[in-house]
Amino acid sequence: MNAGCGMSLDVQEVGKAFGATRVLQQVRLAMQPGEFVAVVGRSGCGKSTLLRMIAGLDQPTEGQIYVDRQPLHGIHAEVRIMFQDARLLPWKKVIDNVAVGIRAGARRTAEEALRLVGLSERAGEWPRVLSGGQRQRVALARALAGEPRLLLLDEPLGALDALTRIEMQRLIEKLWLEQGFSAILVTHDVSEAVALADRVVLLEEGKVAMDIKINLARPRVKDNGFAHYERVILDRILGTREEEPFVAKKQAHSYSI
Amino acid sequence: MRFPLKSRGLAHAIPWSIPILVILVWQVLGDWGIISTRVLPTPVHVLEAAVQLVQDGELFDYTAASAKRALIGFLIGGSLGFFLGLINGVFPPAEKLLDTSVQMVRTIPHLALIPLVILWFGIGEEAKLFLVALGVLFPIYVNTFHGIRTVDHGLIEMGRVYGLRGFALFWNIILPGALPSILVGVRYALGVMWMSLIVAETIASDSGIGYMATNAREFMQMDVVVLSILLYALLGKLSDGIAKAIERRWLQWHPSYSKQ
Repeated sequence: MNAGCGMSLDVQEVGKAFGATRVLQQVRLAMQPGEFVAVVGRSGCGKSTLLRMIAGLDQPTEGQIYVDRQPLHGIHAEVRIMFQDARLLPWKKVIDNVAVGIRAGARRTAEEALRLVGLSERAGEWPRVLSGGQRQRVALARALAGEPRLLLLDEPLGALDALTRIEMQRLIEKLWLEQGFSAILVTHDVSEAVALADRVVLLEEGKVAMDIKINLARPRVKDNGFAHYERVILDRILGTREEEPFVAKKQAHSYSI
Repeated sequence: MRFPLKSRGLAHAIPWSIPILVILVWQVLGDWGIISTRVLPTPVHVLEAAVQLVQDGELFDYTAASAKRALIGFLIGGSLGFFLGLINGVFPPAEKLLDTSVQMVRTIPHLALIPLVILWFGIGEEAKLFLVALGVLFPIYVNTFHGIRTVDHGLIEMGRVYGLRGFALFWNIILPGALPSILVGVRYALGVMWMSLIVAETIASDSGIGYMATNAREFMQMDVVVLSILLYALLGKLSDGIAKAIERRWLQWHPSYSKQ
């Protein structure tokens, strides 16, 4: 499987309002092909809405989204999304779930995608017998089988236990490095964002409040540099930087970035 | 649950123990004269009547006539109900236009139309088919409509992102999602089917099991009357069994229907 190069994305001054409620305002986000961006923020900050608009499931009320420099109209064939719940079709066997939405050579492509997520031996089973983590791996295989150039991840690991999460994070990173697609991960877990993303974007009250590049080598380990980024982002979210000068000062000279 | 072979045989026998016990008690009470054979013939008499009618060939003819009516009426009413439920479920404008009317007609007990139906169609085949089809239509309509409307919206959204449109979306997601509800409608409709047919055949007919019963009543053949009633029970059980088998086959994926 070879997805080719990733897709470039340009979100220009996008806003979204549901009636009188403005969820997003003048959001700007540009992504290079193959880049991995994480969008973090408190619940209700509009991060999922942003992802749904990029997926073509919702239309922006203002502004425009460009993919590969073309304006985006609705659902794009080379964009795939992974939801928080796996959304597997309970009436299809695992392999047929993976094959949903691929036409040519569906069976072989699906088998290959299942192999990538390490679930080849479960191909003939019903989704209901799988664990939560396995279901998300099937959902990941289904997303990859379509050879996306942009993969959208809407808190796909939110419902998983801590160990399965770490496994899934490594799997996603590995496949992203191999396949070269662009990826956007929406999460409220700052640590997860720092572990995976080239850039972390913080949304606050519908606006981009922070856009920070993560200059750490991959695979990332939870060293001081990691903790620094986590701290900076968390402080910005929680607004505690001024309130806890002692902690910030104490940590400041333990980093070397 | 797993049973060893011997007790599994027992487990299969348990549902039938009460019917068998009732028949035995009935036979004994009839033999002792506690129940007059004019009120209720004994099971042995009923069996003799059955053998007699099988030898005449009448039993098969009448059963076949009834089964044919039931099937054709079910297919007509069932496909109409399914089709209506489908378009109203998938296209909201169609629901706006049609649902109120369908619901109004639904509240009329369809057997109340019998006098009208006899005036329209006489006692020919059409009258029976009309009543069966009308009775079957609504349970299938209601359950198809409900099934389609309650398909998990998240799955439909997923299907759209993954490139499913139009018929592919319907075939892969909407129809299988609605199927459990549709099959509940089918099972319910099978009950209505036999009931409508019994009434229609008893009131106005010249063949079929209901006709056999009415005819036998004229000649005071109690055994044939009871046999007709038992035949309906057996046919009802048979169709329910078929519906259950279909559920098990088509809903294998469903936790409630999977083999344990």
